Amino acid sequence: MRGEQIEERSLTYAQALNEALREEMQRDARVILLGEDIGVWGGGGVFGVTKGLLEEFGAERVRDTPISEAGFTGAGLGAALAGLRPVVEFMYVDFSMLAMDQICNQAAKIRWMLGGDVSVPLVIRAQQGAGRGNGPQHSQSLEAWYAHTPGLKVVMPSTPYDAKGLLKTAIRDDNPVVFLEHKLLYGTRGPVPKEDYTIPFGQAAIVRQGRHVTCVALSYQVHKALEAADVLAEEGIELEIIDPRTLVPYDRETVARSIMKTGRLLVTHQAPERAGFAAEVVMCALEDAFDYFDAPPLRVCGKNVPIPYSLTLEAAAIPQTEDLVRAAKRLVEGVPLGGRRS
Amino acid sequence: MPIRPLVSYSIERVEVLREDGTVDEELMPSLSADEIQRLYEHMVLTRRFDERMFKLQRQGRLGTFARVTGQEGAQIGAVFALRPDDWLVPAFRENGALLWRGITMTQLLQYWSGDERGGAFPRALRTLPISIPVGTHLLHAVGIGWAMKEAGEDSAVLTFFGEGATSTGDFSEALNMAGVFQVPVVFFCQNNQYAISVPFTRQTAAPTVAQKALGYGIFGVQVDGNDVFAVYRATREALERARSGKEPTLIEAHTYRVTDHTTSDDARRYRSDEEVAAWLKRDPIERLAHYMRAQGFLDEAREAEIAAEADRKVAEAVEAFESIPPPEPEEIFRHVFAQKTRPLEEQEAALLARWERRR
Ligand SMILES: Cc1ncc(C[n+]2csc(CCOP(=O)(O)OP(=O)(O)O)c2C)c(N)n1
Repeated sequence: MRGEQIEERSLTYAQALNEALREEMQRDARVILLGEDIGVWGGGGVFGVTKGLLEEFGAERVRDTPISEAGFTGAGLGAALAGLRPVVEFMYVDFSMLAMDQICNQAAKIRWMLGGDVSVPLVIRAQQGAGRGNGPQHSQSLEAWYAHTPGLKVVMPSTPYDAKGLLKTAIRDDNPVVFLEHKLLYGTRGPVPKEDYTIPFGQAAIVRQGRHVTCVALSYQVHKALEAADVLAEEGIELEIIDPRTLVPYDRETVARSIMKTGRLLVTHQAPERAGFAAEVVMCALEDAFDYFDAPPLRVCGKNVPIPYSLTLEAAAIPQTEDLVRAAKRLVEGVPLGGRRS
Repeated sequence: MPIRPLVSYSIERVEVLREDGTVDEELMPSLSADEIQRLYEHMVLTRRFDERMFKLQRQGRLGTFARVTGQEGAQIGAVFALRPDDWLVPAFRENGALLWRGITMTQLLQYWSGDERGGAFPRALRTLPISIPVGTHLLHAVGIGWAMKEAGEDSAVLTFFGEGATSTGDFSEALNMAGVFQVPVVFFCQNNQYAISVPFTRQTAAPTVAQKALGYGIFGVQVDGNDVFAVYRATREALERARSGKEPTLIEAHTYRVTDHTTSDDARRYRSDEEVAAWLKRDPIERLAHYMRAQGFLDEAREAEIAAEADRKVAEAVEAFESIPPPEPEEIFRHVFAQKTRPLEEQEAALLARWERRR
């Protein structure tokens, strides 16, 4: 697995993000943090990502802001234009909507409008996703909104290792980066090396190899896909799971290569199906590997409804492991397994 | 060309009921003994309900919610001045106000247990749903006020928010438009000194919320939020101004969040026990009870009776809440659009087929 070659050490996703912030702040005094309840709250925000940073770097660099999403994003952008490297945090991605103009009209376009003569080293971190019964205005997944806006890079780590490496890359990037963390991932553990490392944008990870169905999974769905793969393996169906890790830039080659092997594509994310990023994944795959498809591609995504507050209803609105199992079986129905073109 | 003062303003603070239970007779609003009794009873009910909800949450029977305890004076004093045909636009900490409007405890328990059927308030109650994104609902209040004015109705709108919400852009836009359009809206800020961990002094450099009204050319006033008479008086006046002159008002109720922000926070991490203790001494219910005892409206026996009556109602509501059957999965498709679209019908059929198979 990724990271195994270096020293083994297990951290939670939240701890991995915390380390990335700490190390980048130690490395570069221009890195500052802005957000609501990230400092004096003590726990380091709702999920502990900024824990201990106020104590280490002081209130000038770890700034608890008023409840002003548009304000701190716009000010973050201004500070980035003037040479700082701000990391702004939305407590919930749902509230990034209050700062939409600053993100999409301003941060995304200002370099282009100024003929490339400025840098916009701004990282916009947000916690998103469903599965905790947090209701319709606390549980959305907005990656497609941002991926649709030219000028923004979009990152969605699914493991502690990726979270740390990608956040470091984001902070060192001279472009605005929207960094989307899933609320169910903060407590998950995984190996994270002590040594400094970064992960380049635009490189998908093949999380599990398989010969029969390519499954492109975003963020938390990577874990659902792994569960599904175990179930399917018992029936002799092999899932090849690909985590794109970054949506912009998107590694379409890795996905196309996998489809050339499996001939089948399944895409899964929690965001609603309609106009979600899965549509982009499918279209790229059709452009790149049309002749290799043995079955029409399938999406296993959120229903086109707001995320319900009730846990039972929420479960019905977002894709579950069994939905992936069923979809994968449908893809291989009537086709003798044994691997093709491999 | 001299430098001369162009405008000068002052901001007033209204206090009626002193901590010792005596009142300023001149400022005391006209309230009958019966009305005062009802105020007290509702404040007690709100408190007992809040306490019971907290226990239910700790037992895992309710989800995260924001408590009212300590803010009953501000909240109940304000809604007490409303007429049934007025509108209420709440934030998320207004269980007491919602109960007063006729939303049942059973419904509120249902909502906070994570079942949004409980949050679908009957249209006749003219009460908007609980608003999670901070500050954004203030604009709805402006729109409703505008519609009331257009319709020639003399009903007004009361909207609640915390001091944290005053930092949002929507707060500025709402107050500005209310001033420009002259709409009948009362903006009621429960300044409970904290927005999660951020104290009022880190939310704004202004010493009061009330003075923010001046920038928008509307009337602003501060009241002692733990003094239910002052709150009622200021809100009634603001509502009258709204009805007759269609003028908006900003009221700042100076109070304190004696509990944690919500049930998933621990406030001891960012504030001192002494600070909390000092505010606990200024409890709005105890202050009113003090007054009522001196007036002969309340004695120990009656106090116990009121508390017991509140507990009985709460217990009944909890029982009714626990017998509500869980929602059916197809509910998720029900209210996305006025008419269900074909793709939603298809998604629903697929989901139901699966659930049938599972049963
Ligand atoms: C736009 C937005 N940003 C952030 C949050 C997260 N949040 C929920 S409550 C809260 C503090 C609100 O403080 P205040 O307005 O003073 O109300 P209080 O909780 O004190 O009643 C915050 C930051 C949110 N719900 N909406």
